[in-house]
Amino acid sequence: MLTLSHVSTRYGSIQALTDVSLEVEKGSVATLIGANGAGKSTALRSIMGLCQPHAGEILFEGRKLNKIPTHRIAAMGIALVPEGRAVFANLTVLENLELGGYLQRDGKRLRLDIDHVYEVFPRLKERMAQMAGTLSGGEQQMLAIGRALMAHPRLLLLDEPSLGLAPLMVHAIFDAVDRINREGATVLLVEQNANLALKRSRKAYVLETGRIIMQGDSADLAKDPRVQEAYLGE
Amino acid sequence: MKRIFFVLSTLSLLGLLQWGVTTLLLDGPIRQGPYYYQILILAGINIVLAVSLNLTNGIAGQFSIGHAGFFAVGAYMAASVSYYAGPAIRGLVGFLPLAGQDAAVLLLALAAAALATALAGLLVGIPSLRLRGDYLAIVTLGFGEIIRVLILNIDAVGGARGFSGIPKLSNFFWVYLLVAAVIATVGNLLRSSYGRAFIAIRENEIAAQAMGIDVTRHKVLAFVISSMFAGMAGCLFGHYTMYLHTNSFTFVKSFEIIIMIAIGGLGSIEGAVLGAVLLTVLPEAFRGFESYRMIIYSLALILIMIYRPQGILGQASVLKRLGARMAARRSAQGNVPVTAPAADGGNGG
Repeated sequence: MLTLSHVSTRYGSIQALTDVSLEVEKGSVATLIGANGAGKSTALRSIMGLCQPHAGEILFEGRKLNKIPTHRIAAMGIALVPEGRAVFANLTVLENLELGGYLQRDGKRLRLDIDHVYEVFPRLKERMAQMAGTLSGGEQQMLAIGRALMAHPRLLLLDEPSLGLAPLMVHAIFDAVDRINREGATVLLVEQNANLALKRSRKAYVLETGRIIMQGDSADLAKDPRVQEAYLGE
Repeated sequence: MKRIFFVLSTLSLLGLLQWGVTTLLLDGPIRQGPYYYQILILAGINIVLAVSLNLTNGIAGQFSIGHAGFFAVGAYMAASVSYYAGPAIRGLVGFLPLAGQDAAVLLLALAAAALATALAGLLVGIPSLRLRGDYLAIVTLGFGEIIRVLILNIDAVGGARGFSGIPKLSNFFWVYLLVAAVIATVGNLLRSSYGRAFIAIRENEIAAQAMGIDVTRHKVLAFVISSMFAGMAGCLFGHYTMYLHTNSFTFVKSFEIIIMIAIGGLGSIEGAVLGAVLLTVLPEAFRGFESYRMIIYSLALILIMIYRPQGILGQASVLKRLGARMAARRSAQGNVPVTAPAADGGNGG
């Protein structure tokens, strides 16, 4: 469904991604793990068109994404949950969701979509009239994911959803991601929490200083001694 | 149908007010009538400037500091039209009574000002709004000064002598018609999907893009509409004062408009109106203090900013409106009872 072949991206003179190739199968959860600064977020930003790779090709459902502006990539069915959540802090929960459904012109459908998000995250329904900036970190993450769901993405890009959250909240978020995946969305998950990411995904890629150094089934990678030593703290 | 009724009633109300204001202040018993009339006109023009700048700076969150430049483009463009083409236009519509000829000339001048400033807004906006950050502030500041120096060197519009001989075509009616138009336009935009996109861009550009919002297009749109109204305000200003000089259009004027919206509350239409009226009336009201006038005026501004850093109205009004809209939708859905806190939610923002 999503293929990156030999993608390289740089910020000015700093090389962030070098020759990255990966593939996300339709209906699966794939993960990209690695340390801070390995280039995980850059990979998502490159897919979303927020930065332009200078080499390589990104294909989504057979269509080339390079050089297509971000808002058109969003319209093609890819949704990004940005790192640090990036909710619209001065708007209410409901308004955030409405904006997530920006491309949905049918008011009735919009309302059904909002109800669906409330079903996935009942907490958001309780908070719907509250300013998003006043939510807890976990609730903001739910809102960010819920907002992305409003666009009915076929591919959901999640950037560090566990960042800064209590373990209980992390599990709630990942259960929701599982559900979203079962309901049909393909998921590409970027995580520092390798342990969790490998448990919750089918296929994994390990990124180090902008290069993919290992890849394979998540279950196999979790057993790999090199991965265990470097990322699982064993 | 409802809209036509609304427009007609606004027009007749303005007509009535025009008659009242003229008989009371200009031909009437009040000794300083014409002085008050002038303050009324200038307040109206400042309202148009503030509400339009608020669309760019407050609602879409793009910091422009060249509003006086667009004000100048509109003023000189419109004045040139009525000065040079005025007689020809009058000849074309000679069958109309004098008031009708005046209106025709003014409307054409207004259209020319709107067109010229919208174009200028497009030219300034497209390159600078594609980029994120402070580029717009820098470019608009430069634009304002370039325009001023350019006009200073065009002899056909008076250059350094100033542009005199502009017919007096503008009055209370036209100024407040433009006030109504700018408030209706910005208010309607704010309630539409465009308004939601503007606010999303202000809050977080990356998230807005990821949601499918064409960020550049919306930023340019807000900026062009904003410039266009500044230009139309310029037209009515020139046709009221009958004389234009570039000294009225320095960056000090731009900052004055920014202060208006900051004092009133960035992002709020009511705040922009209030700020514009305050900044027009206060310096006049303090005239009694004679040479201490500007000190007291500055002190008043500083005090407002210390005690109300979010502006007098803050964003409360905008968010209240959104809150009310939301509450209405919820009650229509019928799943949660409407409670007051929804409407008060904006006070924190």
